[in-house]
Amino acid sequence: MAGGRFVSSSPLPGFGLTFGFTTFFLSAVILLPLAAMVIRALGIPFSDLIDMLLDERAVASYRLSFGAAAVAAAINAVFGFIVAWSLVRYDFPGRRLLDTMIDLPFALPTAVSGIALATVFSPTGWLGQKLALAGIQVAYTWLGVVVALVLIGLPFVVRSVQPALIEVRKELEDAAESLGAGGFHVFRRIILPTVLPALATGFTLAFARGIGEYGSVVFISGNLPFKTEITPLLIVIKLEQYDYDGAAALGFFMLAMSFVMLFAINLVQGWGQRRLGIGAGR
Amino acid sequence: MAAVESWSPEGRRMTPGAKLARTVMLFVSCAFLGLLLLAPLGAVLVQALAKGFGAWFEALHDPDTISSIKLTLLTAAIVVPANTIFGICAAWAIARFEFRGKSLLVTLIDLPFAVSPVIAGLVLVFLFGVHGWFGEWLLDHDISIIFAVPGIVIATIFISFPYVARELIPLMQQQGSDEEVAALSLGAGPWTTFLRITLPKIKWGLLYGVILCNSRVMGEFGAVSVVSGHVRGMTNTMPLQVEILYNEYNFVAAFAVASLLAMLAILTLVAKTLVEWRSGPGGH
Repeated sequence: MAGGRFVSSSPLPGFGLTFGFTTFFLSAVILLPLAAMVIRALGIPFSDLIDMLLDERAVASYRLSFGAAAVAAAINAVFGFIVAWSLVRYDFPGRRLLDTMIDLPFALPTAVSGIALATVFSPTGWLGQKLALAGIQVAYTWLGVVVALVLIGLPFVVRSVQPALIEVRKELEDAAESLGAGGFHVFRRIILPTVLPALATGFTLAFARGIGEYGSVVFISGNLPFKTEITPLLIVIKLEQYDYDGAAALGFFMLAMSFVMLFAINLVQGWGQRRLGIGAGR
Repeated sequence: MAAVESWSPEGRRMTPGAKLARTVMLFVSCAFLGLLLLAPLGAVLVQALAKGFGAWFEALHDPDTISSIKLTLLTAAIVVPANTIFGICAAWAIARFEFRGKSLLVTLIDLPFAVSPVIAGLVLVFLFGVHGWFGEWLLDHDISIIFAVPGIVIATIFISFPYVARELIPLMQQQGSDEEVAALSLGAGPWTTFLRITLPKIKWGLLYGVILCNSRVMGEFGAVSVVSGHVRGMTNTMPLQVEILYNEYNFVAAFAVASLLAMLAILTLVAKTLVEWRSGPGGH
């Protein structure tokens, strides 16, 4: 970096134009609107702001949003690992198709996965019917929220773990051979420690996405206040009731959480890189 | 299962334990993905065609549904080019130059991925809503943004902002700029250099980003739902039309529109896979 100068010299043209347009567009579309909400929220008297954030209904929504996102990310950590393992370690007919399908939750509009899950898991739906026989109700309970967030979070875990598993493969084979070790031992001692940072990254990404998710959840959750109402929905409800301060307060809280999650993701990735001396995940 | 065994990547005999592990892992993977991915996708198609092909076709000919399709296409026609131009500019500035605050800029570009879609819609209300910063001015000049098409477009730009940029930045960083420098030193103008050297080098990455961006743009629900106002035939995009029809228990129509979006998703996955193949191993 050139001392004292903002941009170091380069033979290439266009820095002023592209940098200027990038920062202008970013400011106009992202930063200015975010600032408008933050300033609105900070304009609320502090004690009122705290009351709004600690309101019983709001706290119940945090518990559901964060709790369900954590449970879903944990489920994805387990099954996402199994799926990534199958895709990396085994060659089987249809592997490429399966690999492509992993990104379906990214590609499918959330409203579509929402109504589809609600239909499949409703008490009259073909999966919900069978679960009802076992006394389990998924749709319109917190379990429904978990199911929707598992769907949404799956690609994050699989796509984080896959590259790490590819890297571990060679080491694994050598180690397994030299040890003549049983599969489980190799798994616990070699694979798991190496893949752990990528798994943690995938978990955090899935969790972060889960706490903000809206479209795929609202159809299956039933949206009962205090019970199955996620925080993003509560924000929408406040807005519909013209409670702009309430919406700004919750929005501010969720935005702060997003920054915390970004920070956490950076921490986890940094930890993984220090631990392995290589890039983990993406 | 001799045929299956021959698929073993190492091409060597597996121990009985490894075989069992393989069977269990593959079974769990297929069962999990089947329940989670295929069941909902199947449900969309089954429900959409529950009353036959004619009913599906008729549901899509509803005037409000047609106008929602038009609005979704219009939104994509504005947002995707806007974010593509932005993505190219951002990647050029970030990948080709060293400047202060670069990592902050990269983090801020990624910010929309970390923010709830509902927040993306909400923040626009505080800017353009009746009580927002520009609310009075907009009212005086008879311009509506919230509960109108401009709000939908801006919210969608917000939510799909990073896709092209985040594809191009690592790609262009990895490619370096030797060829551009050579072209410029031989007397090519900046535009010629960009069009003849840079663009061909980044075309697959660019296409990949555009495909992902378009998929998100056409499917966005949360952000758009906050600012649309749900005016039938006016401010409903396809995902919002799905919601309205579904909440009216008009399941065939809701799933008919949803089936179009599901087809778009499958098309996106196919296109994405093709681009990955074309750009070669290591491309993505």
